[in-house]
Amino acid sequence: MKFLKYLFVGIFFGIVLVKSEAVSWYRIYEMFKFQSFHMYGIIGSAVLSGIAFTTLSKKLKLKNINGLQISLPAKNKGFINYILGGTIFGLGWALAGACPGPMYILVGTGVISMFIVIAAALLGTYVYGILKNKLPH
Amino acid sequence: MNFLLDPWPWYVSGPLITITMILLVFFGKTFGMSSNLRTLCSIGGAGKHAEFFNFDWRAQRWNLVVVVGAVIGGFIATHYLSSGAKIDLNPETITDLNVLGFKNVGASLVPAEIYNWENITTLKGIAILIIAGFLVGFGTRYAGGCTSGHAITGLSNLQLPSLIAVIGFFIGGLLMTHFIIPLIF
Repeated sequence: MKFLKYLFVGIFFGIVLVKSEAVSWYRIYEMFKFQSFHMYGIIGSAVLSGIAFTTLSKKLKLKNINGLQISLPAKNKGFINYILGGTIFGLGWALAGACPGPMYILVGTGVISMFIVIAAALLGTYVYGILKNKLPH
Repeated sequence: MNFLLDPWPWYVSGPLITITMILLVFFGKTFGMSSNLRTLCSIGGAGKHAEFFNFDWRAQRWNLVVVVGAVIGGFIATHYLSSGAKIDLNPETITDLNVLGFKNVGASLVPAEIYNWENITTLKGIAILIIAGFLVGFGTRYAGGCTSGHAITGLSNLQLPSLIAVIGFFIGGLLMTHFIIPLIF
């Protein structure tokens, strides 16, 4: 039962991303071609409302269901891993037209071949784990 | 009911994505979809080969439940909440894709030229799917997050590393869209 709320969050997330068309390969292509404001509007308004939330939750000292003060995790310092990893991710994002969230969601919309992409993403994650200590970070 | 069936505008969609993040934060978790790839590797026994996968994946089960929900959400949205109308793309985008050989642009969420099941029987077709997935899986872990973890959560929290990662996302995306996709298709 404790997992049920996460199931509903996932369902909500899946519906929102399909209805926003953010799961569409075409929308990602259009975004990288700078031919539409749509995706920039989605990401921009998500980030702005996210900033409003983090600012408010700090001011009001909002607590989560465990009674702890809400804080988003700080990212480790670094540069090379973020810029290089980000670039590699971006190459895949634009080709697949999907980042990890939409990959799962598109399976639900009936894109069966996405299983191949997900399997390859698992392989990519595995290879990163193997090479982690040899890569510049 | 039209509002439910028609595509949702960006100013509705963006804040709703943030609500997803807020709900997870409120439950004491974080919004990060690519972490599930690492969790699945651990479940598959990758911890025997790399320290990176040696962690208590059971503590991450909630996130796998989010994934199951996302799949269900995708099903519900396409089967019960869609009008079936074409995606309202910029006509220039459609022309550009037609030139590359894409047909019925915007008629479905993803192009048949990449995602048709028959494509897995051709070397080029399956190579595209595998390379795209591999780059996403490798890159997201190297960068420590994907669109949900960096672009939404990280930027919402004004994290400089997330900004660097998002700049990387765009460097890669622009290279692929403007230089590599025209070579492939």
